[in-house]
Amino acid sequence: MSEIIQKVKNLSIGFRSKKGEEILILRNISTSIKKGETVGIVGESGSGKSTLALAMMGYVKQGLYTTEGECLFYHSNLLKMSNRDLEKIRGRKIAMIPQNAGQSLTPNLKIGYQIDEALKLHTNLSKIDRDNRISELLNKVRLPSPETIALRYPHELSGGQQQRVAVAMALAGNPELLLLDEPTTGLDVTTQAHVLELLNFIAKDTGTSMVYVSHDLGAIAQVSDRIIVMYSGEIVLEGPSRSILKKPIHPYTYGLLKSIPKLSLAGLPESMPGSQPQPGTVLKGCSFFDRCNLRENKCKNNSPQLEYINDLETSVRCFNYKSLKDKNHISSPISKNETSIKENEILNLTDLSISYAKQKLIDQILNKTVDTNPTVKDINININKGETIALVGESGSGKSTILKSIAGLLKTKDGKIRFEKDRDLSSDLKKRNPSDLRAIQLIFQNPDESLNPNHNVEEILSQPLKLYFGLSGEKLKKNIIELLEKVRLGEFYMSRYPRQLSGGEKQRVAVARAFAAKPDIILCDEVTSALDVSVQAAVLNLLQKLKDDFGTTYIFVSHDLAVVRAISDRVAVLYQGRLCEIGPSKNVYQFPSHPYTEVLLGAVLEPDPDIKPKLVAEDIVEEKPPEQGCSFQGRCSRILGDKCKKETPPWQITKSGNAIKCHININDLEKLQS
Amino acid sequence: MDIDKISEEDQKNIISKVFEVLKTMASKPSGFIGLCILVFHILLASLSPYLAPYDYKAIDPSLMLQAPSSEYWFGTDSLGRDVFTRTIMGGRTALTITFFGSLIALLWGGLLGIFCGLVGGKIDDVVMRVVDAFLSIPWILAMLLIVSLLGTSTEVLIPALGFFYGKGIVRVARAATHDVIAKDFIVSARARGHSNMSIIWNEIIPNVRDAILVEGAMRWSWMLLGFSSLSFLGFGVSPPTPDWGLMISNARGLMSFAYWAVIAPVVGLSSLIIGINLTADAFAKALGIDRSTKAPV
Repeated sequence: MSEIIQKVKNLSIGFRSKKGEEILILRNISTSIKKGETVGIVGESGSGKSTLALAMMGYVKQGLYTTEGECLFYHSNLLKMSNRDLEKIRGRKIAMIPQNAGQSLTPNLKIGYQIDEALKLHTNLSKIDRDNRISELLNKVRLPSPETIALRYPHELSGGQQQRVAVAMALAGNPELLLLDEPTTGLDVTTQAHVLELLNFIAKDTGTSMVYVSHDLGAIAQVSDRIIVMYSGEIVLEGPSRSILKKPIHPYTYGLLKSIPKLSLAGLPESMPGSQPQPGTVLKGCSFFDRCNLRENKCKNNSPQLEYINDLETSVRCFNYKSLKDKNHISSPISKNETSIKENEILNLTDLSISYAKQKLIDQILNKTVDTNPTVKDINININKGETIALVGESGSGKSTILKSIAGLLKTKDGKIRFEKDRDLSSDLKKRNPSDLRAIQLIFQNPDESLNPNHNVEEILSQPLKLYFGLSGEKLKKNIIELLEKVRLGEFYMSRYPRQLSGGEKQRVAVARAFAAKPDIILCDEVTSALDVSVQAAVLNLLQKLKDDFGTTYIFVSHDLAVVRAISDRVAVLYQGRLCEIGPSKNVYQFPSHPYTEVLLGAVLEPDPDIKPKLVAEDIVEEKPPEQGCSFQGRCSRILGDKCKKETPPWQITKSGNAIKCHININDLEKLQS
Repeated sequence: MDIDKISEEDQKNIISKVFEVLKTMASKPSGFIGLCILVFHILLASLSPYLAPYDYKAIDPSLMLQAPSSEYWFGTDSLGRDVFTRTIMGGRTALTITFFGSLIALLWGGLLGIFCGLVGGKIDDVVMRVVDAFLSIPWILAMLLIVSLLGTSTEVLIPALGFFYGKGIVRVARAATHDVIAKDFIVSARARGHSNMSIIWNEIIPNVRDAILVEGAMRWSWMLLGFSSLSFLGFGVSPPTPDWGLMISNARGLMSFAYWAVIAPVVGLSSLIIGINLTADAFAKALGIDRSTKAPV
């Protein structure tokens, strides 16, 4: 085999708590990275994966310290090296690509200058050579017209382009090892697929070893040769990616893979209960004990060691791995109650347009509309009682904008929002009556921000109960306890503050707060995208359960097509604030589809090394919707020519009953896409 | 982390929370010294009438400008009054007036700032420009104008000082509010249909309270200096009430040979200001690591 370039030996990293106890973040990690190999490190937030990646470049975050072990790059221990020696290695031998490239680029320096700085530092090239090298690097990361990109400032590039620049900068010193910390997490699905494909290409082309840290098994599956699964600061499973993903013999990985919603399967994924033990919890036995299905008495008091299994070339930290060896983790997901939704309209959006452009005073007086090309335009959707409709699209597709205007937080420009057939909802929140306000509730993406950090759970939940039902005293308390039980949290959570809850628990509280109002419609804005996969499945299951119990209607906004597939009855695909396709979810996920839906579906990453994303269109970012013609004309790979650019495409209904807004004949589309 | 333990901590009542903040403040040397100085001054101000060895207004020309002695610890001033007596009583008026003045500044500045931050738009624009306009007027000139029109009574001084020192708090409160209102829990409260008042009271104040309180504590020390300047100029406390600013002003001309009459009030005034500043700093640090930002472990 090829040479080992990075070796981690018995590494433990920890910090000292206020009480003086030593708390370990990483526990006895040993692994190695070979030349030219891509290793994926996967784990939930708090599993220590980033700490491990940083240690691999000799960096330990402030407040943490190495308690034991070493990180050897070739034969020198990075953790004992002086800063001066480390400077010679960082950037030249080991480079890092951060999660948020937008924040890691200096905003007031041109792209070319920033790459030049890296080149000056790490190479001895002359000015002319460096200029050539900048073009070469930008070309390598597939940025269009490198000469012009080099003269731009970071804010003039899209998120995907910024990430590419970060890759180019990391490659400037010709590193032997590239560390990537969640490099695609903040990006759109299509962009993410393109960046991953680029990374794959670079790994092959330059022979650079890569360490890819991510919580997303789908992304890891696309790039890695080998996968390390971390849990609570330990390696629980390590081996070739194929055997890890196809035969996950550790119960954690097994559960994790089961909890990922997949495009190929309708219905909700199984969830994994519980959460990771907090750092500092004294554990005698296995750290996964609390959440494990295979636990035995033995696991409680004895900690399993990493054991190497020859036929799978995998190391596993579990006593009972054998029982998982022959089990198939891709079992059928929990089927949803496919209740036939009756034609019972609860919300109707007619010709909805929303504009962010400010009206000038003179135009306001003259009652003149200036913005002929609003952010969201011509949205017509009927929503039936008890149905889950998903709005899907990339960032900038207007999905959250529509949600906000339904909630009354954003004024509409044109069109009507009709509630329960007979009432028009005003787009001004203050003009809505209390019962309409109560009927529509919101759940947000990030529970850290949607819960007041200075209120405990009791105070948080009492807000809607006091406001809408005027409850107080014992009655209020009883209601709060009931709500908490509904979201499967106990009474003792009442006195806790958001900071004392895990991400999943916080989101449950947010869900409980929405349900406190006994709403008819709940607007879910990316409610699972800030959560870990295992928690995401639990929240999705909870939402489905509550919906079955109360008959609530969900409007579900998400960029994740697999999640949408799992939870929704109907899907509306949006591009640049215009509808592209709408229909029952099982039809939307089959061809023929709108060319944009096709792009989105192709870019979904499945946790399976055999399913590669299909990159149909370029991931160009358009800032404004086109003035006329089809909204997707700029990126469509099946564009017909002038017709698409000038005429607004008609709605066509497929045999299965979904509507597609495209000039291409349905039958032709079907032929093209099959 | 032991979650249950921390929950218990949070359930403690307000008194023990205050106590805990005080304890955190006193755990650093600078905070401890600041608190000691402040407590010393407050005790001195409240007990000085009983501690004073002489009558503060007893004039005796035969005792004019005596050097410090065992009888007159800090000597006597140009009218033969005991400097020690006048020094320990000299902080009473200043402390009281500025304390209530800062409370008023905190209240109107804080509430107006939060309101402007929340409402935004034209109201915010207009109010902030007015505040800016007031900020550009030298406060001491404006104060002199007010005092010469309305007199130097406590009823005039407290609201006037409160007004002029509240302008800065408006800006701080508005900025703190801006940080908070971008958060989803405010959007959530709005979408539920809560009134502005309810949002301010329930959602915003708990999150900006700390920042505003610290700002108020800092203003207190500035106001004290400002008030003493007024007294120094003869527009604050009227004689014969003992006051540091006034004492410094009176003894200033004789400084070359009767330095004691100046040094004692200067030490009193500056030590109190240092005390308040150190306390405010420690207060900010104690609150900064407390509550929402406290690390879980």
